[in-house]
Amino acid sequence: MPYKVLVVDDSKLARMVMASALRRIRPEWILIETSNADEALAAVDTADIALIDFNMPGTDGLELVARIRNTYPAMPVAVVSANVQNEIIGRARELNAGFIPKPLTDESLAAFLSGATLRMKKAAP
Amino acid sequence: MNADELTDIEQDALAEIANMGVSRAANSLRQMVGEQVLLSVPAVKIVTRRAASKLVERNNAKKLVAVQQSFEGPFAGRALLIFPEAQSLELVRSIVGDEHSLEDVIDLEQEALAETGNIILNGCLATIANVLHRTMRMSLPSIVRGDGATLFEVDQTSSGGQFVLFLYIDFNIKKRNVHGFIALLMDLPSIAALKDIVNDFIRGIEKQPSGHVG
Repeated sequence: MPYKVLVVDDSKLARMVMASALRRIRPEWILIETSNADEALAAVDTADIALIDFNMPGTDGLELVARIRNTYPAMPVAVVSANVQNEIIGRARELNAGFIPKPLTDESLAAFLSGATLRMKKAAP
Repeated sequence: MNADELTDIEQDALAEIANMGVSRAANSLRQMVGEQVLLSVPAVKIVTRRAASKLVERNNAKKLVAVQQSFEGPFAGRALLIFPEAQSLELVRSIVGDEHSLEDVIDLEQEALAETGNIILNGCLATIANVLHRTMRMSLPSIVRGDGATLFEVDQTSSGGQFVLFLYIDFNIKKRNVHGFIALLMDLPSIAALKDIVNDFIRGIEKQPSGHVG
């Protein structure tokens, strides 16, 4: 089943990189591109999975994950960032979110998406 | 020993910590351009802002582009990814791929520079923070164009004579003929805090059982 992936990143280049990796890994899946937290919150109802940049103007990625968790406690979510500080990765874990380092590689994205797919299949009746 | 002087071992430890950060940055750049990135040995100096700006201009055209990000935490400063302006489009092209037209590359230049700088500088700073067991906040990236003095704010703050800790390393993308620097600039109050942290780091290494050092 083709899932819908919400991408949240203020950088157009970063979104291009994400879109191109997703096309290679899961060509049938649908991408929803947003560039900030407000757009993301408006679009999250239609998404199955979310990939969220950390360092964005306004609401940062971890705050956004926390807000999404209020409504969607089980949605597979990953923070995607070059800010690989232990503290950031730890906070993502506390929010039950994955962490994918930038630069994004097909391997790291594919691994996260496989895990996400498994969890969603298990949860489905 | 003055607060603004580094001992040999502090200098050595800082260069080593910087090296870990910059190596991660080079590895990120390598993944983004898909080609080998060569690095020089990192240099650590306490110099005036003006002298730092001259070091960056050395062997370079005076027209430079930098992506800069400020950081704060137990110590504060700015990190910059710097290269000659003439090479900016070539760098962007090496990242977005040769299949894009020149118009596309020009359109994407700002975006691509900001995101590239973000990835490289964040990787570098985050690694340094992890090695030192500290947390740092980093600003969004911004782009500055101009000579060394503009990049290091020598003129507008009339702080050209002010001493800073200047840490830099050259990188070179061999096949693309693109070269540049990664530079970290910290002001003096930060240097005192940094010295304490570096000394904690050194003591941590000394406490390790023999055979595990290095």
